[in-house]
Amino acid sequence: MAQRTLQDKLAILSDAAKYDASCASSGTTRRDSRSGGIGSGGGTGICHAYTPDGRCISLLKILMTNFCIYDCAYCINRVSSNVERARFSPEEVVRLTLEFYRRNMIEGLFLSSGIIRSPDQTMGDMVRIARMLRIEHGFKGYIHLKTIPDASPDLVAQAGLFADRLSVNVELPQDASLRHLAPEKRPETIRATMADVRLGREAAKDRSHTGKRPPRFAPAGQSTQMIVGADQATDVDILNTSANLYSGYQLKRVYYSAFSPIPDASAMLPLIKPPLMREHRLYQADWLMRFYGFDATEIGSAHPSGNLDLAIDPKLAWALANRAQFPVDVARAPREMLLRVPGFGTKTVGRILTARRNGVLRYADLLRMGAIMSKAQPFVTLPDWTPGALTDSAGLRARFAPPPEQLSLF
Amino acid sequence: MIRVTLPRFGRFDAWRAAARDLASARVAMEDVTWADPDTPPDLFGADPAPPPRNHPVVATQEFLQLARQVASHSDPERWSLLYGALMRAQDDRRFLSNPADPMLDRLSRMAKSVRRDIHKMHAFVRFHELPSDGPRRAFGAWFEPEHPILEAGTPFFAKRFADMDWLIATPEGTARFDGDAIAYDDPAPRPDLPDDASHGLWQTYFANIFNPARIKTNAMRSEMPKKYWKNLPETRLIPDMLADAPRRVQAMRDAGASDAPAFAPKITARLRQQPDDSIPDTLAQAASQAARCTRCELCHAATQTVWGQGDPAARLMLVGEAPGDQEDLAGLPFVGPAGQLLHRTMAEAGLAPDRAWLTNAVKHFRFTARGKRRLHQTPDRDHVDQCRWWLDLERRMVAPRLTVALGATAAFALTGNRKPLTPRRGLVEPARDGGPVLITWHPSLILRLPPDRAPAALSELRADLAQAVQMVA
Repeated sequence: MAQRTLQDKLAILSDAAKYDASCASSGTTRRDSRSGGIGSGGGTGICHAYTPDGRCISLLKILMTNFCIYDCAYCINRVSSNVERARFSPEEVVRLTLEFYRRNMIEGLFLSSGIIRSPDQTMGDMVRIARMLRIEHGFKGYIHLKTIPDASPDLVAQAGLFADRLSVNVELPQDASLRHLAPEKRPETIRATMADVRLGREAAKDRSHTGKRPPRFAPAGQSTQMIVGADQATDVDILNTSANLYSGYQLKRVYYSAFSPIPDASAMLPLIKPPLMREHRLYQADWLMRFYGFDATEIGSAHPSGNLDLAIDPKLAWALANRAQFPVDVARAPREMLLRVPGFGTKTVGRILTARRNGVLRYADLLRMGAIMSKAQPFVTLPDWTPGALTDSAGLRARFAPPPEQLSLF
Repeated sequence: MIRVTLPRFGRFDAWRAAARDLASARVAMEDVTWADPDTPPDLFGADPAPPPRNHPVVATQEFLQLARQVASHSDPERWSLLYGALMRAQDDRRFLSNPADPMLDRLSRMAKSVRRDIHKMHAFVRFHELPSDGPRRAFGAWFEPEHPILEAGTPFFAKRFADMDWLIATPEGTARFDGDAIAYDDPAPRPDLPDDASHGLWQTYFANIFNPARIKTNAMRSEMPKKYWKNLPETRLIPDMLADAPRRVQAMRDAGASDAPAFAPKITARLRQQPDDSIPDTLAQAASQAARCTRCELCHAATQTVWGQGDPAARLMLVGEAPGDQEDLAGLPFVGPAGQLLHRTMAEAGLAPDRAWLTNAVKHFRFTARGKRRLHQTPDRDHVDQCRWWLDLERRMVAPRLTVALGATAAFALTGNRKPLTPRRGLVEPARDGGPVLITWHPSLILRLPPDRAPAALSELRADLAQAVQMVA
């Protein structure tokens, strides 16, 4: 086999990394290079480019190697796949990261890896790369390390010192499907790793008795990812799993990744079209849980199947199923209720609360303040607007759902 | 008509100084024209600015922050609008905190557009490496923003790339950085930037990180508007990537599943050795089996099995209800608030923790998720029944002389008796397997009791523990 060039390796190992949805670079500690080194971080993340699959490129997302001894059916890099394999040296990863960074193409590095030899060996190599970037090159950009489940807690603790974010993927919403599709992975050790990261972060916040702060530990928190559509889990199952993860491990994000066909697929899984709309609705529902005070069962119970309505957004679906709580008087309703009005986002609600202290709010004011009134109309009353019978009208859902399409015969 | 010409750079401070003077003379908004260096002179000439007067001029921090952002907008009317807002705020500044006010709304939208443009500048400037003769590497870029944001947008690059020389050229002007301060110059023609090999690698990355099975071009265009495409090295690949995507997806479908390479089954066989599920002989074996326990559904939500801890040959065994939030995360029993209370009380009763075996009736945490917290739930009878398998193993292997049941769940797990705890507290009952069980309160009950009743319960717990120590002495 001819020696692979850096470009060949980059092609193989970025192709292998693209099924990880996370690309966030926000929320880490504020720092910059005026005191030495290169790079800056903190505040909002920056998406430096977008690919036509609608995902942003904020970080250089690559695998250290796509050799792997595990056999996870949904993964292109599983041991039983015939995909081309490659391996970066730590110096190559560091060089690519810094050269892209200096050209303002990325915010930093998202490093993941197939598992070679053992989880500890793999995690150790990843930590070494992060250490080289931070210590030898004074890199102050963002580093996201994928934690290898089953790696020793010591290595995870070291990783947290260099990385801004750690993540370990739960992969599938239900333990049974993970045991079935990824027989080498164990859901309980994945969760134990997340618990370790949470405890590590909490310990890093406690000052010692002298008031000294311990070194920062993964300041941008941890996240995880679930594949949607590869097993039989309903959306309520998925959202309940997310709620457990958010509450248990203080995750910043749960990413949902529509199961997407991979080259050289496993016979265990169908080559379906990725359920992109379902993924989108799950993200919306996830936002409702985190910022709008909804809980998983509430959102899921809007539809008897336990799945989200694909035609309309989950908040609207909830409002249509709970019309007894509407219309809401915008002048008086508490924040919690305003947040439940379809068409009102968190920012709009914040503006409404400020503006209504200053005077009467009318329809046009709400429109100007960013409310989507076409959606909110049936659910609110204003001095110059009452929905009348609209709130309870039978055809209300049809106003919002896209018109039915005839199925293609071919 | 008074004409104020603002310089190309340092515009905001110049506007602020001029506006303060004009406002101190209460000059009306309609009487001032604000001009940039490129604005042609007024047809009918202009009046000189009047000397400042002594009307007070006040501006809030929030207004200045907003004005600074609006100052970078491309709308030529922005100076006049800002001056109008300043004048209005002198009489009544309440409108500045009312999101429903049309003037504030317009300014806020302008500021938002500027912020977005600055953000996109931070995202889409692409540096090319330039030849450098000094020790610092040199880079250059050409960028075409929507608004004149050169001054507002470039400090970011000075902070981020302090160890390299860079220049960013835009139609509005040029920013140069050599390690000290950013120097701004008048516009120059677009520089000729040399080819950079890293741009080729970047294109490789861009093409390969794309998943052809998911096409969402609207999401891409809304975040990376086409107006920025012409200066990005990667965007020229997009048409071909899109055109080729259906073929690639079809090829994946046609290829279907493949045969695994010959070495794969050997590796997986080694990793997938069936765990030993025979009845364990030692506590360690039992613990490793319990770690994989799926006898009830609690294992799906809880983090891990929390096995007992302490002296495996202890004369005394303490059984609690189930792990709580902290125990679940740490994987160790009695490390949360109730566990700490228990440890304190044990110490007061003269019982060292390493002389007892501490465990729980149920070994997985049961909870309901509420936002960022997990609320403890008492395990059901079924959970206790399923988990008794492990409790019985522990009791058989530790073989304590006395077991202390902390709380009702433990008492039920050990004795099979679900009757209320109050009359049974402090008494010894026979366990299902025959050994003696001393029944007492669970420390978490003491934490939940009102302050007038907690001390009594705590001293009962302490007395019971002291009694247990005496019984096994």
